[in-house]
Amino acid sequence: MPGWSTAADPAADTGWSEAPARKGFFTDGSVCIGCKACEVACKEWNGIPEDGLQMLGMSYDNTGGLGASTWRHVAFIEQPRRPVGAGSLTPLPMVAATHGQNMPASSPETGIRWLMSSDVCKHCTHAACLDVCPTGALMRTEFGTVVVQDDVCNGCGYCIPACPFGVIDRREGPAGARNVGIAQKCTLCYDRLRDGMTPACAQACPTQSIQYGDLDELRARANHRVEELHAAGVTDARLYGADPADGIGGAGAFFLLLDEPEVYGLPPDPVVTTRDLPAMWRTAAVAGATLLAGAAAAFVRARS
Amino acid sequence: MAECHPVGFQWVMEAKARGATIIHIDPRFTRTSALADLYLPVRAGSDIAFLGGIINHILTNEKYFREYVVSYTNAATIVSEDFQDADQLGGLFSGFDPKTGTYDTTSWAYEGMETAAAAGSRVVAGRQPQANAGEAGDEFGGRGAALPHSEVRRDETLQDPFCVFQILKRHYARYTPEMVERICGVPPEQFAKVCEAVTANSGRERTTAWVYSVGWTQHSVGVQYIRGAAIIQLLLGNIGRPGGGILALRGHASIQGSTDIPTLFDLLPAYLPMPRAGSRSNLDGYLAAIKSDGQKGFWTAADTYMVSLLKAWWGEAATQDNEFGFDWLPRIDADHSNYHTIVDMLDDKVEGYFLLGQNPAVGSSNGKMQRLAMSHLKWLVVRDLNLIESAAFWKDGPEIATGEMRTEDIGTEVFFLPAAAHTEKDGTFTQTQRLLQWHHKAVDPPRDCRSELHFFFHLGLLLRDRLETSGLARDQALLRLTWDYPTLEGDEPDAEAVLQEINGRHLSGDKAGTMLSSFVEMKADGSTSGGCWVYTGVYSDGINQSARRKPGSQQSWVAPEWGWAWPMNRRILYNRASADPDGKPWSERKAYVWWDEAAGKWTGHDVPDFQVNKAPSFRPERGIGGPDGLAGDDPFIMQADGKGWLYAPSGLLDGPLPVHYEPLESPVRNAMHPQQANPTREMFPRRENLTSPSPPEPGSDVYPYVVTTYRLTEHHTAGGMSRWSPYLAELQPEFFCEVSPELAAERGLEHLGWATIVTARTAVEARVMVTDRVTPLVVGGRTIHQIGLPYHWGVGGGNAIVSGDSANDVMGVALDPNVHIQDSKAAACDIQPGRRPTGPALPRYVEEYRRRAGITVETGTARMTQHEDGT
Amino acid sequence: MSIRTRVRQWPVLRQFTTADHLGRGTAVRSAHTEELTPRTRTADRMVQSVCPYCAVGCGQRVYVKGERVIQIEGDPDSPISRGRLCPKGSASEQLVNGPGRVTTVKYRRPFGTDWEDLPLERAMEMIADRVLDTRARTWEDADDEGNPLHRTLGIASLGGATLDNEENYLIKKLFTAIGVVQVENQARI
Repeated sequence: MPGWSTAADPAADTGWSEAPARKGFFTDGSVCIGCKACEVACKEWNGIPEDGLQMLGMSYDNTGGLGASTWRHVAFIEQPRRPVGAGSLTPLPMVAATHGQNMPASSPETGIRWLMSSDVCKHCTHAACLDVCPTGALMRTEFGTVVVQDDVCNGCGYCIPACPFGVIDRREGPAGARNVGIAQKCTLCYDRLRDGMTPACAQACPTQSIQYGDLDELRARANHRVEELHAAGVTDARLYGADPADGIGGAGAFFLLLDEPEVYGLPPDPVVTTRDLPAMWRTAAVAGATLLAGAAAAFVRARS
Repeated sequence: MAECHPVGFQWVMEAKARGATIIHIDPRFTRTSALADLYLPVRAGSDIAFLGGIINHILTNEKYFREYVVSYTNAATIVSEDFQDADQLGGLFSGFDPKTGTYDTTSWAYEGMETAAAAGSRVVAGRQPQANAGEAGDEFGGRGAALPHSEVRRDETLQDPFCVFQILKRHYARYTPEMVERICGVPPEQFAKVCEAVTANSGRERTTAWVYSVGWTQHSVGVQYIRGAAIIQLLLGNIGRPGGGILALRGHASIQGSTDIPTLFDLLPAYLPMPRAGSRSNLDGYLAAIKSDGQKGFWTAADTYMVSLLKAWWGEAATQDNEFGFDWLPRIDADHSNYHTIVDMLDDKVEGYFLLGQNPAVGSSNGKMQRLAMSHLKWLVVRDLNLIESAAFWKDGPEIATGEMRTEDIGTEVFFLPAAAHTEKDGTFTQTQRLLQWHHKAVDPPRDCRSELHFFFHLGLLLRDRLETSGLARDQALLRLTWDYPTLEGDEPDAEAVLQEINGRHLSGDKAGTMLSSFVEMKADGSTSGGCWVYTGVYSDGINQSARRKPGSQQSWVAPEWGWAWPMNRRILYNRASADPDGKPWSERKAYVWWDEAAGKWTGHDVPDFQVNKAPSFRPERGIGGPDGLAGDDPFIMQADGKGWLYAPSGLLDGPLPVHYEPLESPVRNAMHPQQANPTREMFPRRENLTSPSPPEPGSDVYPYVVTTYRLTEHHTAGGMSRWSPYLAELQPEFFCEVSPELAAERGLEHLGWATIVTARTAVEARVMVTDRVTPLVVGGRTIHQIGLPYHWGVGGGNAIVSGDSANDVMGVALDPNVHIQDSKAAACDIQPGRRPTGPALPRYVEEYRRRAGITVETGTARMTQHEDGT
Repeated sequence: MSIRTRVRQWPVLRQFTTADHLGRGTAVRSAHTEELTPRTRTADRMVQSVCPYCAVGCGQRVYVKGERVIQIEGDPDSPISRGRLCPKGSASEQLVNGPGRVTTVKYRRPFGTDWEDLPLERAMEMIADRVLDTRARTWEDADDEGNPLHRTLGIASLGGATLDNEENYLIKKLFTAIGVVQVENQARI
C-alpha cells in the first residue's frame, strides 16, 4: 500500500474556517450481508419515494443502481461455481466464502461467491458536479461532503453528465413526491451530521459493513482491514476510492472490494470530468467580477 | 440467520472476526452461506441422517466430553430390557400399534419404571381421546416428561449393554459418512469437515452453538431434528455454557412469549397443560399427571404454580372448597390444534373464527384448504394493520378466479377491525432468548385502531354485561373471572396492571398486596397469585423489570440490567453445567457461573440456574423428591432425574431417539430402513389435501423434484407487515422460484421468464431465477433437483403494494405427532416453463397431474410401508 | 431583513468576500441549508421501543412530533442490537404510517359483494352477540361418559405471535373463561 499523503482539505478550500475533520464512509464489502437495511434507512430518513416495483433478475438486486430516488444501492454478484449447462454434476458442492479467516478459500472451480456491496455517492475530493453547478445548489459542506441544496437547485441537470460515477440524477417522479424535477443524491445525512449523529445507513447497518467517521481514521482502518484479509489469503481484497492521488482526489466514501471494480459496476479509473477547469476558472473569475458590478447595480435598482 | 435475523447475525460476524468457524448447512445458499466459512447443501428433509452421522462420528472416535456426559446426562442410566430399537424392527421402535398408528411407550422406560410409563402411554396423536393430562409431547416446553421417581440405576463406566450410552452407540452405528452421502447428498470429505470442526470446537476450552429455525421444525419429524442436535450438544458438553446451546431463531416479535403465555390449545400459561376430560378431571388428578412427588426438580411444585394461576384468574372466587375454580376450566379430549380446526371448519363444525395478526390464507400450508375452510364460517373477525388476504378471501381470492368459490355464495360475515401498531400501545415482547422487553406507547392509535388488550378487555365486559343475570353454570367462569383492569386514556386497559397480575402477588400475611419476587414464593394454599409462574419476578420489588434499559455499554457482556429474562432473569439456562462437577469452571476461557467455596454459594456472570447454596458435593438422601432431591451435580433442574436426556424414556410420541424417515413426499426410498416415513405422523386424507405418491408407491416420477419454502430478508412471513410497505415491496416485488442452471436446462426454464410449479394440491406461477446458488445433489446415485420458493406473496389483499401466487398453496398438511406442526419444508413437485392456466383451467390442469400419478385420497396414507414385493 | 444583510448574503458577493472564491461552499449556502436540523432534534419526544418484526428484539427509538410518529431508528443503548436495524426494522415508520393502512372498521355482510363501513362500537356489540350465540348453540357440557368438558368447539382463534404478552394473557384468560379451547398461534405453524 502506498503511504497516504495528507488529503486535500475540501472544506477549507470552500470557505469553511475551523471546519471539523472531514467525514466519510468506509463501506467494507467483505462483511456485507446484502440485507439492504441501508437502502431502507436512507429512504426513510430522507423521505425518498419508492421508485420501481419490477423484478430485475440481477440476483437479489431489484434496485438496479444509484439515482435520484436511490441513494444507497446494494449490488449482488453471483460468481458461478461451474459453467452453465456443464452437464455432469460437480461432486464437490462445498462452498467456502473467500473472506473466511480460518479456512482457506475455495478454489474457483468449486466455489460460488456471492458478493454484496452497498454503493453510494463518493463525495469526491474533486467533485465535478459541484464544479459545474451554475446555481450554487451543489455545495461543499463543513464536513467535506457534497450536498444538493433543494431550495436552490433549478433542475438544469448540468451535474448529471458531470458525475464520473453516474450517481446524481434528477427526480422525475412520482408526481407529488418531494423534490421532483431537481437533482438528488446522498447528502451523507447532512442534517444528522450537524447534530453529531451518524448517517442513517451507517447507523442501521447490522454488520458494520458501512462505517462512518473521520476520513483519515477510516482510511487507516481500511488499510488495516486489507492487510488482515491479505494475511488470511484473501488476496483479491482491495480498496476503491481511498487514494488521494486518484482521478477524483480520493473519495469521501470509499470501498473495500473483493474483485475488480467493474464486477461491482464501478468505473475502474474514475476521473473528475472537470479536470481542466482550473485554467478555465481564471478566465471565469474576470468575467465574474464584471458580472458582479452589473448585478449589484441591478440589485440596487430593483430594491428602490 | 443473515437472511432472516440480520441484526442477530452481527454477533456471528463478531465471533467470526474473533476466529470462530461458521458453517452453514441448508438446501439453499442464502446470505448466511455467502458469509460462512463452509457451506453444505443438503437435501431438504434429510437432516436427521446428517445429525446422526455426527453423533456416530463423536461416539466412534471417542470425541465426546466424557466427564460432562457421565455426570450431567443420562448416558449411564439403564433402560428397560424390553426396549427394541428401530434397527431391530425395520425402522419402528418397540410398542407400535399399526391400527392406531401410535406407540405404547412402556418398553422405552428406564429400568424399573415400566409400569409408570405404561400409565402415561395412552398418548395418541390425531383425534382419539387422550385420557391423561400432561402427556402429549408439546406440553413439555419447560421440562422433560414426568418420572415416578428419580431412583434410576446407573453404570458410570458406560459399559452396560442397556445403558443409554450403549443404546446410542448401537442406534447410530449405521449413520456412517457413506449413509449420510446416500441420504443427504453430502460427500464424505465435506461431511468430515463438519465433524472435525464441531468436535474440535467443543470441550473444556471451546463450545459450539447450533442455530435453527422452522427449516427444522416444519417436518413430520421436526421434534426429532431438534433432539438430534440436543444429543450432539450433550455429548460434546455444549449445553448450559457460554457459546453453546441449541438456539431457536424465532420469526415473530413475541412468538416465544405466545408460547410462554400460550395462545395454544393444549397449554395454560407457563407450560402447565390444559386439563383433559376423563378420570383425572379434578385438581389432584391433574397435578398427579404433571409430576410425581418422587421425581427431582422444580416441577414438583406444579401445585403452587397452578393454584396461583387459578387465584390470578378467579381471585376471591377461587377457594380451597372449589379447588380454586379448577372445574371452571374447559377440558380438551383430542388434538384441537390449528389444522384440525381448519378441517373441522370444512366440515361445518366451527362457526366463528378470530384472526389476530395472522394471515393463514397465505402463511399456512395448503392455502386453498384454508380459504375454503373460512368460506364455511358463519362469522370471521380479522384484526390486523392491513386488509390482508385472510380478510378479503371472499372478494378477490384465488378461488374466486378459478370459479371454485363465488362471492355471492359465501355466507361468511366478516368483521375487519384495524389494530394498533407497536408504537401505539404499551406492553412486552418476549424475544428469542426469553428476554422480556417493554415497549412504550408513543402515540394514540388512529381512528378505530385499537390494541388487542383493548379489544379483548372490552369484549369481555360486553359478554359479562349480557350474561350478568345468568344463572347458568357455564357462565360462572366468566362472571366470576377477575376482569377489573384499570384503564388509561381511551379506555385502554393499563398493560402494567396486566403484567403485575402475570407476575403475581402475596394475597395474605405481612406482604399482602406486594409483588412476588420469585416463583419459589408461590404457595398451593391460595395465599399467592400469579398468571405465569416463569414470568414471576418481572415485577419484583414493585418495579417493571422488563422496562430496564441500562445501556449495554455500561454493563457486563451478559447485560443483566437490560430487560428481564425468564426465569429469574437468567440469561443462559442450565448454567450449572458451565462448571465441572466440583463447581469449578471447565476452563477460565469459558467461566460463567461457579461455586464460591468460601462464601458457600454459586456465583458468576449470570444468575445461577441452581439452588444458590447447594454445594456441588451435596447428595440427597434416597426417596427425597423435588428441588431438594437434586444432587449438587444435577444441572438439569427441570428434568425429573436432574440429567440431560440423550435418550427420552417418555414424553415423545414417535420414539425415544431420532431416526431418519423420509418426508411424506419424497423422490427416494428410505435408505436407512424399510419404513419410509414417520409412522406416527398426523394426516388429513381428504380431497382438499391430497398427497403425491412416494416410493415404493408408483407414480412419484410425475412430481420428480423437491420443493421447499423460505423467507427473504426484505419481507416478513405472509407479507402482512411488509407487502404493504413501499420501501420493502420495491426490494422484492415479485414471487419467484430459485432453480439451478441444470434444472433450467432440463425443463427449458428461462431466467426472468415464468414457471409453473405443480404439486398434488395445486399449481402456482412464479418468475424464474436461475442461479448457481442452487446445487443439484446426488442422492443414492441419482441427481435430485430442489426448487426454492419464498412464501411472502398472496393474491387478493386490499391495497397491497405487491402481490403474487402464494408458495404455501402448493404445500400439503401432515403433522409432527408431538407438536402438531406441519410438514411444509419438503414436498414433491413438477416444474414447467410458462404461466399457469387461469380460471377453471387451473383445477383441470392440477387434476390431470393427479390422474397421471394415480393419486387418490388414500395415496401416501399407509402408516407402515408396504414392502416392495407387496407384502 | 435589512438591505445591508440581504446584500451580504448574496452568493455572488459572498464568493468574493469570503474564502470560498469559487462559490462551492460557504458562499452558496442558502438560508434553508443554514437552518438544517434533523427532525429527531425538533421532535416533541422520544420513547424507547422494540422492533415488531422478528424475535431478535432490536431496540428502537420512536420520535414523535405533533402526536405523530416521525422517525423510528435503532436504539444504540440496546445490548442486543447496538443501534442497528434490518430493512424491515428500518421500515417500521411505514408500518405505522403506511399508505395502505386501514384505520376504520370494515364489514362484509353474509353473501355481500363488497365492504361496508361500520362504527367500532356497533361492530363490538355484533361480535359479542355472535360469540354468545355460537357458544350457546355449540356448548358441550360433558362427554358421552359424563366427564365434564365445559367448552365450545364452535369458536376458534389464531394469532398472537406478533402481540404483546399482556394481550395474549387476556386472550387466553377470556377465551378459557368462556370455554373456547381452539386457541392457536404462529408458534404451531
